[in-house]
Amino acid sequence: MSESIIPPEVRPKPAVPAKPPHVAAPSPTAPHGPSGLGGGVGVDRVPGLGHSGGGSTLLGYIGIDTIIEQMRKKTMKAGFDFNIMIVGYSGLGKSTLVNTLFKSQVSRWSSGWGGEHKIPKTVEIKAVSHVIEEGGVKMKLTVIDTPGFGDQINNENCWDPISKYINEQYEKFLKEEVNIARKKRIPDTRVHCCLYFISPTGHSLRQLDIEFMKHLSRVVNIIPVIAKSDTMTPDEKNEFKHRVRKELETYGIEYYPQNEFDDDMEDKNENDKIREAMPFAVVGSDKEYQVNGKRVLGRKTAWGVVEVENPNHCEFALLRDFLIRSHLQDLKEVTHNIHYETYRARRLNDNGGLHPISANNTQESNL
Amino acid sequence: GILSLSLPLSLSLCLACCLSLCLSLCLSLSLSLSQEKQYVGFATLPNQVHRKSVKKGFDFTLMVAGESGMGKSTLVNSLFLTDLYKDRKLLNSEERINQTVEIIKHTVDIEEKGVKLKLTIVDTPGFGDAVNNNECWKPITDYIDQQFEQYFRDESGLNRKNIQDNRVHCCLYFIPPFGHGLRPVDVEFMKALHEKVNVVPLIAKADCLTPNEIKKLKDRVREEIERFGIKVYQFPECDSDEDEEFKQLDKELKECCPLAVIGSNTVVETRGQRVRGRLYPWGIVEVENQSHCDFVKLRNMLIRSHMHDLKDVTCDVHYENYRAQCIQDMTSKLTQDNRMESPIPILPLSTPDVETDRLIKMKDEELARMQEMLNKMQQQIHDGKDQ
Repeated sequence: MSESIIPPEVRPKPAVPAKPPHVAAPSPTAPHGPSGLGGGVGVDRVPGLGHSGGGSTLLGYIGIDTIIEQMRKKTMKAGFDFNIMIVGYSGLGKSTLVNTLFKSQVSRWSSGWGGEHKIPKTVEIKAVSHVIEEGGVKMKLTVIDTPGFGDQINNENCWDPISKYINEQYEKFLKEEVNIARKKRIPDTRVHCCLYFISPTGHSLRQLDIEFMKHLSRVVNIIPVIAKSDTMTPDEKNEFKHRVRKELETYGIEYYPQNEFDDDMEDKNENDKIREAMPFAVVGSDKEYQVNGKRVLGRKTAWGVVEVENPNHCEFALLRDFLIRSHLQDLKEVTHNIHYETYRARRLNDNGGLHPISANNTQESNL
Repeated sequence: GILSLSLPLSLSLCLACCLSLCLSLCLSLSLSLSQEKQYVGFATLPNQVHRKSVKKGFDFTLMVAGESGMGKSTLVNSLFLTDLYKDRKLLNSEERINQTVEIIKHTVDIEEKGVKLKLTIVDTPGFGDAVNNNECWKPITDYIDQQFEQYFRDESGLNRKNIQDNRVHCCLYFIPPFGHGLRPVDVEFMKALHEKVNVVPLIAKADCLTPNEIKKLKDRVREEIERFGIKVYQFPECDSDEDEEFKQLDKELKECCPLAVIGSNTVVETRGQRVRGRLYPWGIVEVENQSHCDFVKLRNMLIRSHMHDLKDVTCDVHYENYRAQCIQDMTSKLTQDNRMESPIPILPLSTPDVETDRLIKMKDEELARMQEMLNKMQQQIHDGKDQ
């Protein structure tokens, strides 16, 4: 990791959580925690259960806690970025699910539907950005689609364009970071989360699923989901999930939230529960139907309506809460503190400690 | 004057009438007499054919192909109301890493109303499951060719009493419902097989699609089948003397292709009945409900109306193509090498044998037609009994 290289003192935090954070004490056993302002501004995933600042008792009210409000105001003005990549065989409902997750038409199909699903010869990377706003918080959401994945007869190394793209984003960020005159806020195009869609065959993972996740779980946060889960009855679903989890374990595929990055017992307990429930079996839909007097998102078949947000029907609500409402910030942090740092360390070590001069830099960087 | 003319006219008319009446009476009498005299008795031939074929039984070989997890085994069980795969152990991905496409045969004898059917299901596990699926259909085409070769050998051999027909009569190809149409592997597979076997494409696991999505997918698949020149099995045109209901059913069947099917190994209770189906939290899918899927159409087509035609097309078209190709290769080889060696016993090319072949074929066709007639008669008799 980056023991020998001390990260710069003040690195602007590129994100703000959806719910107000609590100040967390700096934990000495976390080498990858960001150093920075004063006592460390960590972000708690579960609001309401903050750590109290360790140390002396206060005689009177100073007002330190108002810093949260100040931070909040600033970051709300600035907004934040989130980049999500979706990978899986064609037709697994990736675009529909992303639209359902963010309750807006954010996938590339929504902007300019051509109607022609042409199979590209190699995997392409198509990134589409939208700014969505909720409760005064602006988010620049970038959905990175990967058409062509798994479509060919010979799919060997079809994930190469994908890992190349991910590394290119790290490289871009690295270049910006080592600049002398840096931007106040480095535009963050790094992939924070990769949703991998598993085909609901009901048997087990496919060869390509395993190969992809093996190669990329060390580079990016992978969240496997079982697509189009309305193909399976509840029993079949449970059996399938169980088998898939076992196989992921057998192949040593560390999906997000990774075991090794749990900060403390609290996180570990919470994440254990989530890990047990993964991969989430989801259904996506952008159509609404009337069920029991309510309008719900769903899929209407001849034998009933599959309700997307009904926990008895599928686990979409769990995925949404996990991805957006509780772990959005953590995804970014793990990407920044772990995956990016790994990349950075490797790059710097490769070049013997000196960073190569890029075309943009007119002065040498001093690392 | 006129009266005098008319009288003999009317008289002659009357006479003519009488005469013709007499003549017709005589004729009919003589005809009936001659019919009685000329009654040979071959009208019982259908009965004889029936007895012989019931004694012999029928056989049918069905191949199922498609990626794993498409519900192939479940569908076969649902079609033939058996549990052919109850001892099957699903491989996990570790075991499947180095698996190549295998060919596995299951044979089951089914008897219904005194008619025996020897059903062989040819399964193709491993198809399309690897990362690199180049030519993954080769073991399958090789298998089909091998059966043709075996039959060819047997047919040309000396002892032809007990030829076993292991030729594949029909191949059900399962197209995933998740895609947006045919994928490259689907197209390549069907093109590799459409001139060797009757290919019937199906849309698998159709219960994950809404009616609209099914329609869109079917349209797209049909359009792509035509665009890529894939020769799937064509239902034969209805004879003009078939009844309207049959014609209507036939028309519906043709418009529904490819059929969107669902299978189930479980029985669920719905609307007071126990039916094969799948129980979801949002509803129950009934396999045999025509508004839920095309399973009934598939079963009727495969078993009740077109089983024989599938066999015929296999024999008359696919096998004959193979045979002609084989003979051509052999003769060209002969003229090349000028040797008498050959892996397959050489068919003498002298005309008398070709003629006997043709005669035999004609007789077979006649028999087949009579069997068909017989089946219809049987059905009518049964209906008569029920009434």
